[in-house]
Formats: sequence, structure tokens, C-alpha cells
Amino acid sequence: MTDRVQLHEPYSDSGQQHEADMMGMSVFLASEIMLFGGLVIAILVIRYLHPAETVEASKSLHLWIGALNTVVLLTSSLLVALGVTAARAASAWWTTRCLFGVAILGLVFLGLKTYEYSLEYADGVLPVLSDPPRFSGSIEHLFMNVYLMATGLHAVHVSIGIALLAGLAWRVGRGGLQLPQETVTIEVSGLYWHLVDVIWVFLYPILYLAR
Amino acid sequence: MSDLATSDHYGRTADDGGVSETGTQRQSYLRAGHTLRSWLFTTDHKRIAILYLISITTFFFIGGAAAALMRADLLTPQGDLLSDEGYNRAFTLHGVIMVWFFLIPSIPNTFGNFLIPLMIGARDLAFPRLNLLSWYIYMLGGLFTVYVLITGGVDTGWTFYTPLSSMFSNGNVVIAATAVFVVGFSSILTGLNFIVTVHKLRCPGMTWGRLPLFVWSHYATSIILVLATPVLSITLVLIAAERLFGLGIFDPKLGGDPLLYQHLFWFYSHPAVYIMVLPALGVVSELIAAAAHKPIFGYWFVAGSSIAIAIIGFLVWGHHMFVSGQSMYASAIFSLLSLVVAVPSGIKVYNWTATLYKGHISLDPPFLFAMGFVGLFVVGGLTGLILAMLAIDVHVHDTYFVVAHFHYIMVGGTVSAFFGALHFWWPKMIGRTYSLVWGRISAALIFLGFNLTFFPQFILGYLGMPRRYHSYDPSFQVLHVFSSSGAVILGAAYLLPFAYLFYSMRCGAPAEANPWDARGLEWTVPSPPPRENFETIPVVTRPPYDYPVEREGGDD
Repeated sequence: MTDRVQLHEPYSDSGQQHEADMMGMSVFLASEIMLFGGLVIAILVIRYLHPAETVEASKSLHLWIGALNTVVLLTSSLLVALGVTAARAASAWWTTRCLFGVAILGLVFLGLKTYEYSLEYADGVLPVLSDPPRFSGSIEHLFMNVYLMATGLHAVHVSIGIALLAGLAWRVGRGGLQLPQETVTIEVSGLYWHLVDVIWVFLYPILYLAR
Repeated sequence: MSDLATSDHYGRTADDGGVSETGTQRQSYLRAGHTLRSWLFTTDHKRIAILYLISITTFFFIGGAAAALMRADLLTPQGDLLSDEGYNRAFTLHGVIMVWFFLIPSIPNTFGNFLIPLMIGARDLAFPRLNLLSWYIYMLGGLFTVYVLITGGVDTGWTFYTPLSSMFSNGNVVIAATAVFVVGFSSILTGLNFIVTVHKLRCPGMTWGRLPLFVWSHYATSIILVLATPVLSITLVLIAAERLFGLGIFDPKLGGDPLLYQHLFWFYSHPAVYIMVLPALGVVSELIAAAAHKPIFGYWFVAGSSIAIAIIGFLVWGHHMFVSGQSMYASAIFSLLSLVVAVPSGIKVYNWTATLYKGHISLDPPFLFAMGFVGLFVVGGLTGLILAMLAIDVHVHDTYFVVAHFHYIMVGGTVSAFFGALHFWWPKMIGRTYSLVWGRISAALIFLGFNLTFFPQFILGYLGMPRRYHSYDPSFQVLHVFSSSGAVILGAAYLLPFAYLFYSMRCGAPAEANPWDARGLEWTVPSPPPRENFETIPVVTRPPYDYPVEREGGDD
């Protein structure tokens, strides 16, 4: 992929190309925010329609696993920021380690999330899978439905982010990605990871802390 | 073709390998590669525009065929051509295909793709490979739709309302929703590409105040594409999850709210109407300025009104739900905001009229299409105001009045503008001129056929004919027969341009770089443009639409 060092077709200077790449990712992330926005609205509407039952349903979530996951993701975002700084300073060694660190923290997040799903499965409150389901009422069922949709979609985004950053770390480590010329690739992928993190920062309170 | 035996002033020679290939054409993007591969793997925005033009036109005729079936069925009150279920499937496919596979991508993905880089002095869009990807995503969505079509269709209406779509419908709801979900990503990528291109790739001197109005309206459209489409995507995911896994969010049995679906759906789908019409408004601004040979009147008002429509368009979705039982106060506010959105639309129409005033108007096909657009857009817009009134909406809700209203905007408006754009930029895209006489005839026939089809539907709706019914009270039959016979004229008028435009590709006279004597960077390059658009990136020193201004009694 050494062609990335050169300018893409419509560009004549690298500053312009860098700005365009960053802006393209920002616009894409705006669109991602709207994607989750629909789900957030659904969660808030359910809470508005059934306040007492929603608070009750929220108590069946495992608050501390969610809190731990928040810490894991926030730490990973710090690593992304460090990785980008290292890339700007042309330190392939540090960049590789930071990005691999992010991917590992991402896997830790997914592992904790899976453990949490399995606990909910055992409690009989994981929609679709729990058989027989043991919801205390229809509102808890509704709440767990939207919980599974929201966290599931978020987990898909985390998985994409892990693949993206692990791939980048591998390329940097093998010298396939020239630093600092191609820092922008790491920067835009890092932006994506930050967004995945920010989405969790919103999902956590409206799902877990709603109790 | 004996007149081609010697070289003429367009550089055509007897040995040029084709009956009609000109020197300009040989160096153009059209001849930059001859293999199928050179088209399917191109990153040239102009070639991708042509790919889109071919594919969306195909879907236009599939969607049109469904409409033809419906109009034929409606000739008699008993509805004896289609079964009840078959009629439901026909109007659903008509809606799904026309909205997502024709109207939304129509002008942006063909003319926007082709013209935005040319108009702002760039060699391509900001992300050429993403642009090609968006076409492939569009085609993937198209394949899903064709699959739905072959396997018997879907019967929910294009709106996929719950709980019909999630609990009761027997059709291919999930696959149809997947098709729309997939094609949504194509829209998002196109919108993203346009926004970044307009921000970052304007040539030196091309300030925001010098952007052609076509670019302004596409910029506004792109904002809606990027911010509204994902809301539809997630809503369709929720529908699919409910059907596939019983993961009900809108399910009333669980305490879910089916109305939440309507809110989420219209949060996208009302702005989507502006996705369909804003590019058309941009086209018409270009057509009118070029036909009048005058600077556009009130440039900043026309440009700003596009942005205003995009913003206010996000705040009016509730007017689709006046009879749904939503709060009266919400309805009143949505009603007010829906009236407000007419203001920027009105500004555009007044400014076009002022632009034409004392212009040197050439009655060429693009101008006639633009005039057809303005007339139909005004009728569609004014009936929109009627529908925005709470009390009247209760009377005509879900009747043919609504059907006629949105067809005036989407078909009368957008499709007329699409054909106008096709006639205006065809010489630039293909490098050939077509028969102006036939162009005028088809512009007139489309206008007449359209009005004969849809005007009776206003009356039908006002008299109480509900939409989506195919057996009706016999007293409505006369108006339905008018409407169906208008549809025959309209269908023929839509087919007509394809005959003479195809003919012109081979046998039309070569087009000059600027056949309409218009302003704008796209007219400074050869027709058809070379692969890299501009030999050197141009520098803009003059305002847009700098046609000579005459003053009475000379300058004073």
C-alpha cells in the first residue's frame, strides 16, 4: 500500500488531502451518531412511557460489569490518542504497541459483555435466547429488547474497530504503513474508535444508571 | 453518411473508426477505455454518473410498469385486473422502487456526480473509490429489490408501518427492508462525498458566493442524506429484528409503541422529500438563468433558501401523523412549521420569475421543462399548504388528494427537472445534440399527460376516494378513467426522449463546448469533457451567472 504516500487523484497538495480525509471521517461519524440516535430515542421513549417499570427493569442489568467496561473503553481511547501522537512522532514501535493495546482492550470489552449476556441468559432475561424467558413483566421484556439491540449494535461497531486497529498495528509493525506520512489513516481510524467509545458513554447511563 | 467522407471543422474524418466520432470525443472520458472493465472499475466521476444514469433509468421503468398495472386496474370500479393482494404488492413496489431506487438517487447521483467537480473546478470528487463503492452498494440493494419483485413482492406500502409490517404482513418484508437499508448506505456515501468535495476541492477563486446554485442545492441535499438516512436504517433494522427474532420494540403487546415507528420513519422520510426535490430546485435555477441569459435574481436568497429548506425539513415530520392521535399541541406546532417551510420554496419561485423578467428567453427544451417544473411545483406546494392545515387534513387524510399532492412534487417536480437536466446537459455528457423539436414536444406532452393523470386525483380525493383501494364506488369511475388515460400519455411521453436521445448518440450533430451560451465552469471544457476534466485547474475571477446586464437607457 505504498501508493498511499502519493497524493490521491483529485488532490494537488497534501494539506488539502489530509483535511479532506479528516472531514470525510467526521461526516461519516455524524451519520453514525444519527444511526444510534434512533435507538437512543427508542430507549428514552420507553422510559417516558413506563418510568417505574423501566427503573425496575434497569435493575436486572449488571451495573458493575457495565462500569468496568466503561473504564476499559475510556482507557482504550487514551491509548488511541497516544498511538496517534506516536505516529506523528514517527515512532513505529510505540504506535504498534498502542494500537495492539487498543485491540486487546476492545477484546476485553467484548469478553466482559459476553459474560454479562451469559449472566442475563442464566437469569432468563436475555430476549430471543432465554428459554423459557422469566421476565417480570412485558415492560421488562421491552426494555431488555431495546437493551440487546443497542448493546448488540454497539458490539458490532467495537468488533469493526478492533479489526481496523489491529490491522493498522500489523501494517505499521511490518513497515507497510509509512510514518509519519500516513498518520492520517491512523487518525481517522482513531476518530472512529473514539466515537464507539462516546456512544458507550451515552448508552451506559440511559441503560444501566436509569435505575 | 456521405457528408462524413471528408474532415469537417469538428475534426471528423472518414477514417475515424466510427460514423460519427469527433476529435473531442476521441479524447473524452467516454473513450478513456473501451472494455467493460474500464467502466465497472472506473473511479472517474463522469463514468460513475453514466453507470448511475443507466441503472436508475432501468428502475424508473420497472417502477413505472407497476404504476401502469395500477392505473389499468383502476379503470373499473371492481378492480378486476389484479387481486386485492396483487394490487397491494403493485403499489408497494411502485413506491419502494420509485422513492429509493429512482427519486432519491436520480438527480444527485447522475447529474450531481457528473457536474459538481466540473462546476467547482476539480478533477474528481473527494473520494473517487468511495464513489464507485456507492454505485456497487446501490446495485446490491437493487438486486435485493429485484429478488423481492420476482418472489412475489411485499404488501406493506412503501412506509412499512408497524404493526402490519412487523406482525401481520405475509410478504418479503425483511428482504425489502434489507434492500432499502443497503441502498441507504449508498446515499450516505454519496452525501459524504459531496459535502467534503464542496468544502475542500473548490478551485482558486471559487468562493462560497460563486458556487453555482446547483452545487448549493446539492450541498443542502447531502446534509439531509448524511443525517436522516441512518435514522431510517436503524428503524428498518428494528423492523427486521422484530420479524426475524421477535425482538419487538414497537410491539404493543409488550408496551411498545407502534407510533414510535411512525415518528422514526417520518423523521427520515419527510426530509427525504427534500432530498428528492432540492436537487431539482438546483437544476431549475441553472436552467432558468441559462434560458433567460440573465444573472439569477437574488443569488443569496436562492442559495440560502436551499439550506433553510434542509434545516426546517427536519422539523415537520409530524404533519404525516395529524390523525394518529399525537398531542394536539404537537400537531399545531408541526402544522405551523410545515407552513413555514413554504417560505423558502416560495422565495425560489419568485426569484426565478424575477430572473425571467425581461430576459432574452430561448424556448429550448430545457426551458420548457423548467417551466413545467415551476407550474407543477407551485400546484404541489400550494396543495401542501392545504394539507398542512389541521382541519382540512382530517378531511383529506389518506385520500387521493394526498396522492396527487406528493406526485405533483415528486413526479411533476423532480421527474420534470430530471428530464430538464437530461436535455440541458446531454450535449455536455455525450457530446451530441438532439432534435430540439422533439425535445419541445416531449416537454409539452409530459406536462399535459401529467396534469391529466393527477389533477383528477385532487378531485377524487376531495370527494372521498381513499388511497390504496382498488375497488371503489362507481361514481368515481369517470375521474379514474381520466387519470388512467392521462397515464397513457405520460408513459408515452417519458419513453419519447429515449428514442431521440439514443438516436442523437450516434447520429446527432457534434455539440459545441457551450451550446446554450451559458455560464459556469462546466461549459468551458470540451463536450464531452476529457478524462481529467481540466487541463489546468481554472482560476475563477468573476461572479456566477455573469451574463451581460442591460439597463434601460444605458448605464447610468
